[in-house]
Amino acid sequence: MEAAAGGGCGSGPPLLLSEGEQQCYSELFARCAAAGAAGGGPGSGPPEAARAVPSAATAAAGPVADLFRASQLPAETLHQITELCGAKRVGYFGPTQFYIALKLIAAAQSGLPVRIESIKCELPLPRFLMSKTDAEIRFGNPTELHGTKVQIPYLITEKNTFKRMDDEDKQQETQSPTMSPLASPPSSPPHYQRVPLSHAYGKLRSNTEQMHPAPYEARQPLVQPEGPSSGAPGTKPPRHQASLIRSFSVEREPQDNNSNYPDEPWRITEEQREYYVNQFRSLQPDPSSFISGSVAKNFFTKSKLSIPELSYIWELSDADCDGALTLPEFCAAFHLIVARKNGYPLPEGLPPTLQTEYLQAAFPKPKRECALFDSYSESMPANQQPRDLNRMEKLSVKDMADFPVPTQDVTSDDKQGLKSTADEALAKDVSEDPATSKDSNSLKARPRSRSYSSTSIEEAMKRGEDPPTPPPRPQKTHSRASSLDLNKVFQPNVPATKSGLLPPPPALPPRPCPSQSEQAPEAEIHPQLNRAPSQAAESSPAKKDIPYSQPPSKPIRRKFRPENPATENQDTSTAVGGPASAATVKPHAAVQKQSSKQKKAIQTAIRKNKEANAVLARLNSELQQQLKEVHQERIALENQLEQLRPVTVL
Amino acid sequence: MRVRSCDSLVLVVRVLRGRVLVVCAHGADPRHLSCRHPFLQNYPLYIRSAPTENELKFHYMVHTSLDVVDEKISAMGKALVDQRELYLGLLYPTEDYKVYGYVTNSKVKFVMVVDSSNTALRDNEIRSMFRKLHNSYTDVMCNPFYNPGDRIQSRAFDSMVTSMMIQVC
Repeated sequence: MEAAAGGGCGSGPPLLLSEGEQQCYSELFARCAAAGAAGGGPGSGPPEAARAVPSAATAAAGPVADLFRASQLPAETLHQITELCGAKRVGYFGPTQFYIALKLIAAAQSGLPVRIESIKCELPLPRFLMSKTDAEIRFGNPTELHGTKVQIPYLITEKNTFKRMDDEDKQQETQSPTMSPLASPPSSPPHYQRVPLSHAYGKLRSNTEQMHPAPYEARQPLVQPEGPSSGAPGTKPPRHQASLIRSFSVEREPQDNNSNYPDEPWRITEEQREYYVNQFRSLQPDPSSFISGSVAKNFFTKSKLSIPELSYIWELSDADCDGALTLPEFCAAFHLIVARKNGYPLPEGLPPTLQTEYLQAAFPKPKRECALFDSYSESMPANQQPRDLNRMEKLSVKDMADFPVPTQDVTSDDKQGLKSTADEALAKDVSEDPATSKDSNSLKARPRSRSYSSTSIEEAMKRGEDPPTPPPRPQKTHSRASSLDLNKVFQPNVPATKSGLLPPPPALPPRPCPSQSEQAPEAEIHPQLNRAPSQAAESSPAKKDIPYSQPPSKPIRRKFRPENPATENQDTSTAVGGPASAATVKPHAAVQKQSSKQKKAIQTAIRKNKEANAVLARLNSELQQQLKEVHQERIALENQLEQLRPVTVL
Repeated sequence: MRVRSCDSLVLVVRVLRGRVLVVCAHGADPRHLSCRHPFLQNYPLYIRSAPTENELKFHYMVHTSLDVVDEKISAMGKALVDQRELYLGLLYPTEDYKVYGYVTNSKVKFVMVVDSSNTALRDNEIRSMFRKLHNSYTDVMCNPFYNPGDRIQSRAFDSMVTSMMIQVC
């Protein structure tokens, strides 16, 4: 049709375009027309509309000039071409003129003289150094690229393939709607577009020793004056995201392309998220904790952004202004930095897709493969948990207090929900990795054991009639068991280890003692309660486990809400130890009396209880350790505060 | 005595017939003159005024009011430092305007210049304004990229001050 238009126009020689040329030229023309014409609306709209009526549209002079400059021909050549193609004569760049001009550019680039006759030859496609076919010049000046040699060690390599992907994306997008008759050679334009890119890449790489600075430099001239809201870049941000997702694969998903969500550049993709999380880990091994301000400052300063910009990015991302970044805040900040480096102007306010709540809700899953408690803490439906963390003065006592509080809130209130989100994954992980979680005493292990405690109970619930899985663990844990009656019953030496548990939390000795001392008298009260279920058939373990699932959470609450160490809590807490101890004491005698079938059921219950006790004991000791540390921190902070109080002048 | 910060921030708000002048200035304890460069004393961290005329006059007023602020700080030397005493109240009235002062724990001074003709501003409102300023200032301080002593360029701070000035108007 372009040929016909060219022939019909009659202003120049008939223009014979190959299919590939037709595609490219019409695309470029559409882009120039789109960029010049519409400002608002999604970028995919105008190009399609323009493409649908190519003969009627005219390419705006601005983008066309940019395009021509991107061909890297000398100015006088471009002048000549413009003259020859007839645009000067008719005063605008119609499709005919545009195609002729493109053909002449191709001729000039292949070394042929710029003549009308040149266009009759078979020419390769004109090459334009453009990263995105949005009719906006990305490489304003090739020398500019080589000039800036900024080392950005942490810049992701995805950006390397970014431009390639973008072109391919754009190719696919622009081709799909209208180029149905020309669908046969869809691969050639992508190749065509990639040729100049790889050419550009080659230039870049030859000048830099790393891949990383190359895309960064290439990005430097990327200027997006309109920002992500204008029409032409409207499609680009979706492709940003799309290409980043598939950065290491050629194919990509078109759905992001078609979404017109205005915050596309501020959306964090899966890969980006993973990258940010890994970077967070490198700074702070505990993803549920925060990065302090100074650490973050050093890290972000490496990005070579100016201090005011970094300051502003911090202001945007540190939502609660506590001087530290939690993982969502860190991801938001990192994303803003990345976007800023790519030329996006910083937003006036934090985009909704970067806010803490959104990030937590949107990305629970990637945490799962990272670490147990990552997924656990992230997938917790209680979004207030990190917010609570943020609200505090970074005293970890409160942090830990809030960890178990939402834990047990969630477990008691929304077990099913928690199960569906976290436990399915966690249960398997938990069952596979109990030993390491119990042995380590770090911050990581603490939530891990917490998650383990809550999930193991539920897991036991789920598989109430499944004895084989628990046994290996209890053997190990019994050696460090905190279940005192168990130890008394089975191993007389264990009181030594029991006392060994007490020294770790010297600050809070009274708490375990009353529970332990109460367990003995409670043992008499509860045996009836537990014997009946323990004697019952398989259905009973489920019933028994239900009360167990709640008691394990309540002792956690009891530890951190000392204002209600009420008897009901102690009752329930001792109910955990009690039934365990009672179940062990009584069934120990009862076993001899009862049948083997009941024995098995009882032993199953015993194992489960032992397991639960061991977990809780570990949790207890670890949490008390934390509490001690936090006390020390608090004392240190109070001392500092004292020193910082404005002393009298006199 | 040893741990006292040498910096202070002075904020001046001036209300003139419905217009507000907000000036923030930064001051330092003069007794630390020996350990600090003299030019670093009492320089403004943040100055803002709504009507832009006569700004220099208000800058001058801010500097003169710093003396009064220092005087008040020394006067309350032995008293407990709490929120009430952070607010220094009316520093001195003149025929055209009133000057209110506020000092933070870290000896950062806020000075607000309010036009006398604006009688709608009550003491409580001034206090609340200072409290907001203090909160915003602490938010600025939490930013690790902010070096204490730098000019405050936080947009959040700016927007807060603007909203305050407009509100007073």
